[in-house]
Amino acid sequence: MEPQSPPLVRLTIDDQPVAVPADTTIWEAARGMGIHIPVLCHHPKLRPVAVCRVCAVDVEKSRVMPAACIRQVEEGIVVRTDTDRVRRARKTLVELLLAEHPTPCAKHARSHDCELELLGEQLDITSPRFSIRPSSFVLRPFPPDPSSAVIAVDLNACILCDRCIRACDEVQVNEVIGRAEKGHRAHIVFDDGKPMGESTCVSCGECQAYCPTGALIDKPLMQVKAPSTVQTVDSVCPYCGVGCGVTYHVHDNTIVQVTGRTDGHTEGRLCVKGRYGFDYSHHPQRLTVPLIRKDEAYPKQPLSADFTDYKEFRDSLRSPEWNERIRETFREATWDEALDLSARRLMDIKTRFGSGALAGFGSAKVTNEEAYLFQKLIRTVFGTNNVDHCTRLCHASSVAALMETIGSGAVSNIFQEALDADVLLVIGSNANENHPVAATYFKQAAKRGVTLIVMDPRRPPLANQATHYVRFKPGTDVALLNGLMHVILRDGLHDDAFVRERTENFEALREMVQQYPPDVVEKITGVPREMIERIAFAYGRAERAMIFWGMGISQHTTGTDNARCLISLCLLTGNIGRRGTGLHPLRGQNNVQGASDVGLIPFALPGYQRVDDLAVRTKFERAWGVPLDPRPGLTVVEIMHAALHGDIKGMLMMGENPFLSDPNMNKVRKALQALDFLVVQDIFLTETAEFADVILPASTAAEKEGTYVNTNRMVQLGRKAVDPPGQARIDGDILIDLANRMMEIEAGVRGQGSGVRKWEYRTSRDVWDEIVPLTPLFDGITYDEMARRTVIWPHDEQIIFTQTFPRGRGKFVPAEFAPANELPDAEYPFVLNTGRVLQHWHTGTMTRRTKALDEIAPEPFVEVAPDDLTRLGVRDGDWVTVASRRGVITLRTKASTKVSPGSVFIPFHFKEAAVNLLTNDALDPYGKIPEFKFCAVRVEKAR
Amino acid sequence: MTLEFSPEARQRAETIIRRYPPQYKKAAVIPLLHLAQEEWGYISAEAMAYVATLIEAPPVKVAEVATFYPMFNKEPIGKYEIQVCHTLPCALTGCGRIVKHLCEKLNIQVGQTTPDRRFTLKKVECLAACDRGPVMLVNKTLYTNLTLEQVDDILNGLE
Repeated sequence: MEPQSPPLVRLTIDDQPVAVPADTTIWEAARGMGIHIPVLCHHPKLRPVAVCRVCAVDVEKSRVMPAACIRQVEEGIVVRTDTDRVRRARKTLVELLLAEHPTPCAKHARSHDCELELLGEQLDITSPRFSIRPSSFVLRPFPPDPSSAVIAVDLNACILCDRCIRACDEVQVNEVIGRAEKGHRAHIVFDDGKPMGESTCVSCGECQAYCPTGALIDKPLMQVKAPSTVQTVDSVCPYCGVGCGVTYHVHDNTIVQVTGRTDGHTEGRLCVKGRYGFDYSHHPQRLTVPLIRKDEAYPKQPLSADFTDYKEFRDSLRSPEWNERIRETFREATWDEALDLSARRLMDIKTRFGSGALAGFGSAKVTNEEAYLFQKLIRTVFGTNNVDHCTRLCHASSVAALMETIGSGAVSNIFQEALDADVLLVIGSNANENHPVAATYFKQAAKRGVTLIVMDPRRPPLANQATHYVRFKPGTDVALLNGLMHVILRDGLHDDAFVRERTENFEALREMVQQYPPDVVEKITGVPREMIERIAFAYGRAERAMIFWGMGISQHTTGTDNARCLISLCLLTGNIGRRGTGLHPLRGQNNVQGASDVGLIPFALPGYQRVDDLAVRTKFERAWGVPLDPRPGLTVVEIMHAALHGDIKGMLMMGENPFLSDPNMNKVRKALQALDFLVVQDIFLTETAEFADVILPASTAAEKEGTYVNTNRMVQLGRKAVDPPGQARIDGDILIDLANRMMEIEAGVRGQGSGVRKWEYRTSRDVWDEIVPLTPLFDGITYDEMARRTVIWPHDEQIIFTQTFPRGRGKFVPAEFAPANELPDAEYPFVLNTGRVLQHWHTGTMTRRTKALDEIAPEPFVEVAPDDLTRLGVRDGDWVTVASRRGVITLRTKASTKVSPGSVFIPFHFKEAAVNLLTNDALDPYGKIPEFKFCAVRVEKAR
Repeated sequence: MTLEFSPEARQRAETIIRRYPPQYKKAAVIPLLHLAQEEWGYISAEAMAYVATLIEAPPVKVAEVATFYPMFNKEPIGKYEIQVCHTLPCALTGCGRIVKHLCEKLNIQVGQTTPDRRFTLKKVECLAACDRGPVMLVNKTLYTNLTLEQVDDILNGLE
């Protein structure tokens, strides 16, 4: 049922009659009529607080002048916004504020947009009548606070509007900023009065975005010149799957600032990466010229070898000497030479060993159009389905389970619906750090009274806002979830009608979960039975419950089983197909959804149409004019194994860095060394590119146009903000060129002369127009519409599976608890968990080359529980070695209660302590995803 | 090393927190700050952070309250805390002279503590004895109808 709209109220503003809904404020009513009442403390996206009073208006018969921003309309009132009295009051207030305000403040000096000073200019206040007398009550002048890596704090410019507090408390829900003391001495504080950079601030910059003056302002990350010549380009953030709308501010082909797009689906919110992690585009180590390995540089050795000296490694990220070292191994080449060589060698492998000896790793960071061209190149020119990308390392198991049970890997509802749910279950997801802006919606929901259940062996920051936080033993997800379903069934909390009408195989599930009563589950998971029941009751009794999960679920050898259990839990209670319900595996990369949608996976062509389906193949063969291989190809880790065994001999890698991102790094290194020919196209010389025969300089997201699909299935248009540096080209153009050259060679071999169907795409739009007719899920989505707004697939269907599932009925697939592949023992007593930190992105190729992110999070660390540190005789910050059966790394400890005793956590961004030397490459049998989240290690004090 | 209450104070803290429903633990902030001040003599940043953990609130929410009330000392104070009322009735009856005299006698400014850490001097709002001004509070003892001589006597009488 739609909520009833409130009744209309009639009033008069500046002699014009108007009728507005009863809960409208005078300020909103006036704005709707085009009457602008100035405000300082108010912001349309924030709760009104009426502390500045500059919006005070005259209301007939009212005792005082009410603040328009907060006073709601009343029947028959007569409002005047521009009387002498109003103007006098307003002017006095602004004069008083200006008396204490440094003029111009940093914001006004930078970009002429301090709201207080603009208002002063508008009200013709040239020299304020008031001056401040120094006294023991006045804290001014405040010393500047430069401690934050990204925000400059000048409390002298602060007008105590509290916008930053509301932005921090209510929008991002980080609750770091407050108002200390009172009266003349009142001022903004961080935490218990710490400098901003030492507080719990996560540098999202939301406070700064809302600050009307120069009190909180972005530090310049790139040198800004004349602000009047700054151009703005609306685009999409290049980091995570949330896909926030960003605006690039560009001066002289340089991005100087990034701001959030308030018209985007995340309402202008950004995190530290999105807002401050843009300068990698302009890093001096960008690849700008095609490179070919010198003859004397064989056999292949990694350039950066085994960096273990932290300082040396960090220095190498910015030193020009690094470029020198590259020149010792690689020589510069022309595009023609590099592409011809690549085409010839790859085609040579194909001719001699067959298509199966070739493979390609695409990337979830490129556009849909580029991902499409990549898989088309591999399938039609290489002639193989050996094409995959890092989706295999993140949600492959989730997708395997979703395909099997529902028939679609897509999320059922968008994450903003967290605000519409009664209960949120977030499991195996550290959203605050990995999907920071999605997490803001979870936190907001919790703050508004939604029951938030957070389940994770490692306590995520989201647990601070949670109604219930459940810590369970690593790798026992299946038992825990079966336990929840046991209680739900035992107490009849399941949705009988839904189970009957929309699911199948229920009896098998019932039998399975029968074996998981709370006392059994308590023994396996370590979660008290009362807690298991409490969670089961909360989820089972909810009218609308939503499940979010991340890599904590998927990156296990039981990843598919974990996801099956979550799906069963959802189906059992009928929590799908309605607003505020459903299943949402939070997608990692900015375009991992899109790359999979357009076929960058070994078993499916664009639109998840299986390669082993004859009808599908026929359709694509007709469209592409080439016969296709009917056998599904190999997956990421399988390709690496095949390379090691010499079955795969040639590879093309686009923007993928398996050297650091894949499990069991020593094995990956041998595999890369074993390849006969490796072409890498990337923006930096990655660890993987060090093994390349040819390196092609490519472009960043800010340098090209194209579309991306976020975790919400929203297809968004990214626009070009700057030109690529030097001779670097956009990835799509490189692929077109390589495909055409290879096809020419092949035609020559076969003696077909010029009979090849050359690829002729002029723009990314041309490619999109080819994708859509072949990919039913994109039906009706056009560039024109995407240029105007965020479009969701299927076209405008925010909530899917409302009536039926793609496979018809939802299928319960019961899962039995099985322990992790490698359990701790006497020799390797700790469980190692891996993941990310807020500031860094995957292998750090981009983020470690941004000024701010590197400054905030410069070094690797291993989180160890304080009790374990004591037992090991190691202090917080000491150097330790962490060893597994596969490798050993050295790094500093960080005492942390996030991990439970017996577990340690290491982020995987840092090459100088590359945790994937340690991880286990055992695979989930269905999703083929490696077990990144669990292996046995030993921790010892470093000598 | 993080700050923590003594076992006795810890027990009192738990009693205080139990007065409020579990979802409104934040309501215990002021009594807990009093307890903290009793325990450590003043409220340091660490103490604010510690109280925040007890009521499961972000530290800034405790800092806002602790800094709002001047009765919570944010710095260590002397053995004797002298609080002179400077609200209107006391001002009319001459609290200014009392303060000036105290400053000269103790050789400190308002808000400061003597180097020997015996005295801290503060000007405060109404002490609820307007009919007997000027008044001052020395620790928990209220002195009324003050004259300069009486102030001398009181100071001399302190250990």
